[in-house]
Amino acid sequence: MVYLTRRYRFSAGHRLHNDALTPEENRRVYGKCNNPNGHGHNYLLEVTVSGSIDPATGMIFDLVALDGIVNGRVLDKLDHKNLNLDMENFRDLVPTTENLCLEIYRLLHEPLEQAGAARGLRLSRVRLEETSLNSFEYVPETEDGRKRNS
Amino acid sequence: MIYVTRRAEFSASHYYHNPSLSPEENRRVFGKCNNPLGHGHNYIVDATVSGAINPTTGMVLDLKELKVLMEQEVIQLMDHKFLNKEVPAFAEKNPTTENIAVEIWNLLAPKLTHGQLHRIRVYENPDLFADYYGD
Repeated sequence: MVYLTRRYRFSAGHRLHNDALTPEENRRVYGKCNNPNGHGHNYLLEVTVSGSIDPATGMIFDLVALDGIVNGRVLDKLDHKNLNLDMENFRDLVPTTENLCLEIYRLLHEPLEQAGAARGLRLSRVRLEETSLNSFEYVPETEDGRKRNS
Repeated sequence: MIYVTRRAEFSASHYYHNPSLSPEENRRVFGKCNNPLGHGHNYIVDATVSGAINPTTGMVLDLKELKVLMEQEVIQLMDHKFLNKEVPAFAEKNPTTENIAVEIWNLLAPKLTHGQLHRIRVYENPDLFADYYGD
């Protein structure tokens, strides 16, 4: 099994707010991230796929195909967008970076695993840096035993 | 599983020395790190917490809480200090990057109120780091 990670960048705005909480609770839970006008980040995205090496090419997956899927399924939808207002799934879900990791996994895993089915390709990890100090990652349960390799 | 990582930095000095070894052995084992006057590094600490997303907040934990905890428990203790002389855990134990990672785990793990401490990573410099998973 070989793991391959590729980095991408996008910029987006968001506001952390839950209508089920009172205004005071929202301010307490989310602090300055609750600013009604929103704010933005330069996100760094790492997509990790795993699979067996194709002896003909020496690769587990074609990086151009990976870029095409990540661009089409994720970056085109997120880059320079308002996550709360432009993303259907965040109408009722707070766009924390935890939830964004899960959403990016949902957007990518089927198209990537279908495209790489010949090599048993798996989407093993989605990692997001929201700032240089805060980072988040989602590892699906089926991959979690290998987490120290990531 | 979701993993959340918060980074903090501190600068400190240290040296490596084992009193049960001869001066020659200390110099051989620890090399230039054995200089008794000490030397320093800019350390980076990545504290990773794992847990489930709270459906109300969309978060595993309040990152500000983790930031404050790291500041109170680690940075105030170690920043701009001579680790061998000023941090009790290193009075008789070499403040290696490995031991610093274990010590930071021991400082943070009992104080976390949400999620599980998953990993402490300590960078001594950009090319050298140690990971501790609590076992």
